[in-house]
Amino acid sequence: MKEKIENIKSQAMAEIETISDLKLADEFRVKYLGKKGELTSVLRGMGALSPEERPIIGALANKVREQIEESLQNKIEALSAKQQDEKLAAEEIDVTIHGKKPQVGRLHPLSAVLDRIKDIFIGMGFTIAEGPEVELDYYNFEALNIPKNHPARDSQDTFYINENVVLRSQTSPVQVRVMENTKPPIRIIAPGRVYRSDAVDATHSPLFHQIEGLVVDKGITMGDLKGTLEVFVRALYGEEAKVRFRPHHFPFTEPSAEVDVSCFVCNGEGCSVCKGEGWIEILGAGMVHPRVLKNCGIDPEVYSGFAFGLGLERVAMRHYDIDDLRLFFDNDMRFLKQF
Amino acid sequence: MKVAMSWFNDFTDISDIEPKQYADALTMSGTMVEGVEALGAELVNVVTGKITEITKHENADSLQVCMLDVGNGEPLQIVTGATNVKVGQIVPVALHGAKLAGGVTIKKGKLRGVVSNGMLCSHEELGITVEDLGYEPEYGILILNPETPIGIDIKEVFGLNENVIEFEITSNRPDCQSVIGLARETAVTFNRPFNLKKPVAEGNSEDVNDFAKVDVMDKEYCPRYCARMVKNVKIGPSPAWMVKRLQASGIRSINNIVDITNYLLLEYGQPMHAFDLRDISGSHIIVRRANDGEKITTLDEVERTLDSSMLVIADEKRAVAVAGVMGALNSEVKEDTTTVLFESANFDGASVRVTAKKLGMRTEASAKYEKGLDANMTLDAVNRACELVEMLGAGEVVGGVIDVHGELSQGRTLDLCPDKINKFLGADISTEFMVDTLRRLDFEVDTDKMTVKAPTYRADIESQADLAEEIVRIYGYNNIESTLMSGNVTTGGKNAKQSFEDLVKKALTSQGMYEIMTYSFTNPNVFDRLFIDKNSPLRNVVTITNPLGEENSIMRTTTVSSMLEILEKNYKQRNAYAPLFEIGKIYIPQDGELLPKESEIVTLGMYGDDVDFYTIKGMVEGLFDIVAAKDYKFVPKKDNTTYHPGRCAEIYFGTNLAGYIGQIHPKISKDYGIDAECYVAELDFSMLFDASNHKQTYKKLPKYPAVSRDIAILVDDSVLSGDIEDIIKRAGGKLLDNVELFDAYKGAQIPQGKKSMAYSATFRADDRTLNEEEITKVMDKILKNLKNNLGAELR
Repeated sequence: MKEKIENIKSQAMAEIETISDLKLADEFRVKYLGKKGELTSVLRGMGALSPEERPIIGALANKVREQIEESLQNKIEALSAKQQDEKLAAEEIDVTIHGKKPQVGRLHPLSAVLDRIKDIFIGMGFTIAEGPEVELDYYNFEALNIPKNHPARDSQDTFYINENVVLRSQTSPVQVRVMENTKPPIRIIAPGRVYRSDAVDATHSPLFHQIEGLVVDKGITMGDLKGTLEVFVRALYGEEAKVRFRPHHFPFTEPSAEVDVSCFVCNGEGCSVCKGEGWIEILGAGMVHPRVLKNCGIDPEVYSGFAFGLGLERVAMRHYDIDDLRLFFDNDMRFLKQF
Repeated sequence: MKVAMSWFNDFTDISDIEPKQYADALTMSGTMVEGVEALGAELVNVVTGKITEITKHENADSLQVCMLDVGNGEPLQIVTGATNVKVGQIVPVALHGAKLAGGVTIKKGKLRGVVSNGMLCSHEELGITVEDLGYEPEYGILILNPETPIGIDIKEVFGLNENVIEFEITSNRPDCQSVIGLARETAVTFNRPFNLKKPVAEGNSEDVNDFAKVDVMDKEYCPRYCARMVKNVKIGPSPAWMVKRLQASGIRSINNIVDITNYLLLEYGQPMHAFDLRDISGSHIIVRRANDGEKITTLDEVERTLDSSMLVIADEKRAVAVAGVMGALNSEVKEDTTTVLFESANFDGASVRVTAKKLGMRTEASAKYEKGLDANMTLDAVNRACELVEMLGAGEVVGGVIDVHGELSQGRTLDLCPDKINKFLGADISTEFMVDTLRRLDFEVDTDKMTVKAPTYRADIESQADLAEEIVRIYGYNNIESTLMSGNVTTGGKNAKQSFEDLVKKALTSQGMYEIMTYSFTNPNVFDRLFIDKNSPLRNVVTITNPLGEENSIMRTTTVSSMLEILEKNYKQRNAYAPLFEIGKIYIPQDGELLPKESEIVTLGMYGDDVDFYTIKGMVEGLFDIVAAKDYKFVPKKDNTTYHPGRCAEIYFGTNLAGYIGQIHPKISKDYGIDAECYVAELDFSMLFDASNHKQTYKKLPKYPAVSRDIAILVDDSVLSGDIEDIIKRAGGKLLDNVELFDAYKGAQIPQGKKSMAYSATFRADDRTLNEEEITKVMDKILKNLKNNLGAELR
């Protein structure tokens, strides 16, 4: 009996080596380890053994069964691993082929840049104000200290609807509307469309966008104007950007300034972008003219404020290195896809 | 305004200051320098030389060998091909290493074997034009005036050793439209003394008032009129220094008398005019309004028709000048003029502006008057003109002045409050600095009363803020410490509608749409192009009275044309697919209101190979999902003439019509040059905002399984899927979780005039698993209702 078991073992061990796939492994299991398998049938003959022999042969048979099972298990794992490897090998793909992109659109570049600017000012406690584009002459000019026949009207070629109504030539009328309706403290920016009768070319458009800013409160100083705009410019152009305030004249601010930022191409050394100046003008600003405050029902003896304005297209053109203003309004897909 | 930089030395010595330094300093003190032009900068090492000897070239008949004296004691040999040179002439000599106009460099060398140490130059080689010279020189080498010193830089001869500064003068500083005003700013900027002499021209013992008379009929338009007379006038050329200064400012020299008036225009910023007194009828100047239809031929030889809003200078018979704009041909100074009457007058800026605009002739004079000039200046200016006449020996100045004026400005007096100014600026500027700065700017400061009186030419000074600006621009804007706002904290941010706009844009871009920006004005022909009814309220528009062109002359009342124009541009660029959107305004006039209503419209537009009605509708429904729009429906619209009659729907929120969606009528898209099907949706932004759920709440995830049933029915072709869904939803009640069309079919096996519609309905209860009996009951109800209401047959 013992010899029989040893024979089964050596036969099984030899046969196990020849198994080449999982199906054969299963057949092997049935053949040796199954209910009708060779080992089982040997054990079935145990009844003929003496009681002394039985545990010895039983132990031997179990040991052999375990050894065969273990070998078979190892064989199966090896075969599975091999099969898995073959499957993976067969599944190889060309990973250099482009992926399947979901269709996602983009914001217009002017929107994208405006969003950035809004975020910067919202972070400083500003809200966003709006006003009409078809505007009363009063708000666009007179309340801003630009009476009829004022020479400053010459510099802005305005579209007229009638004697009293214009297409706003600046976003500044929103200042007036806000001041008329809001008690200080006021901190707003007012982005929007403005209109001037400039023929279309690479740098002019009869319609463009400005962003107006206004702060009115007790104790607002020119130092605050400088500080606020410096924060803005650095947030927009980076910490290294230098800011210069240059005296200028606007009818609705006093003192008035134009704000230059150090040229981001040459860092102030002077190049073709800044026309050798090292500086690029980006903003007009100033302390709100006392007469404008008064026009809006705010006492200039109690309150002071500052205002500023910048052109969105100009900022966006610099930001994306766009050389022709017309591209913004042509809305060519090949252009829009780039932002 | 352009000024020769050296002119400022007449008033304040800046001869040691480099042009670049000058430009930067003036810009930072408030007088913007736009540019500096160094005249003749490209001419290097060209001097004057006298020809001492000319011999024939030994090897070439066409060449001559000149010996020149260039002032350094060593005779210089130069070979020239020119034939117009003679011994004794003074000529421009380019020495070895010289640079000429256009970057040409001259080196010594041999010409046909003879040494030549440079080149003799023509005016062209020096970059000097006939206009610069004032005459046409003979062909060849430029022969200089025999009086020209030898050995000096050629730039000196032509006034080319000069820097011309171009200033941008802001509208609040009419006083800086003059050399004197700019010189004062220069002196203050560099903290140097400013010397302005009062002009003196006593004239002879006669009195102008015995020869001429001035009556001002309109004192409002002509606050002051000064006149002086010069007799025995000798019309001739002006001296070189004057010509050069005028030229630097872009004014051509004409003759000594006219040049003097132009010189004053620059120096004092005071426009002047010189009349030939013999042409002034009755020697009587009358300043009056023009008669309607009155004609005058101005100096530019154009006949102008005037009206009664315009002021003219007239004599007893006719107008002799348009006040403040231009003189007339009938009284101009001529070659044989012997007696001149100088006008130095002050005219109302606004009236000059309007007149110049009406006549379409903005002149140097009118540009200055427009800004508002100081009437106090006219007397000094006319005296200065006479002083120059005497200096130039241009005539005999007659004694006395005609000076007609009312009350003149005395200059505004203000308190000076250094504390307030410092508080306003956020600075700590000393009172001494403030007082000193204002005094240098010609303000009178009373330090006892702490008051300041502004100069009469500074009408812009009205308040402490103005004084603050005067002080801080000299103190330096960049010396003010930057601070962050103290005081009340404000909560920044966007309001609900502004945030909603961001959400809408996000919803559309996330579905693959690209944002565009279009013009808000459009062409009045768009209504016809879009087949919009003749009586449509959309044709009631805001019209621009002075548009750039017809195509941009009305404010749009529909965004469809703007969208089509952009689709057209993309189509023409062969972009295969264009899914676009814009959130933009339309402008609807309101009865009885000055301003139109400005409504924001969300406009979607697209074309492309796989684009159909359901593509754009999917975008709109996707938008509605993301913004959680409630209670929307699409209702077929057959008579919106802009759209395809069978492919257009109205979009409703509840009972409110919020817009349209559909295929643009093929004739219209074709008219826009688009040969593809073009789909557009227009949707009122505010109504979308109102219809959206801004307080979305969480709905518990279902605990019990759902059961699906298919509903396949046969209905008449004309039955709308929306109606079928409505019936299913109503009959399904709260057990119905969702219903979706999964198949619509017409054709084989389906009777003519019918269609097969198949829906998948999902049922679910929150509190239990639905049993077969419940589902059968609700399905029976659905099918019954479909049959009763739509005549549907179960398939």
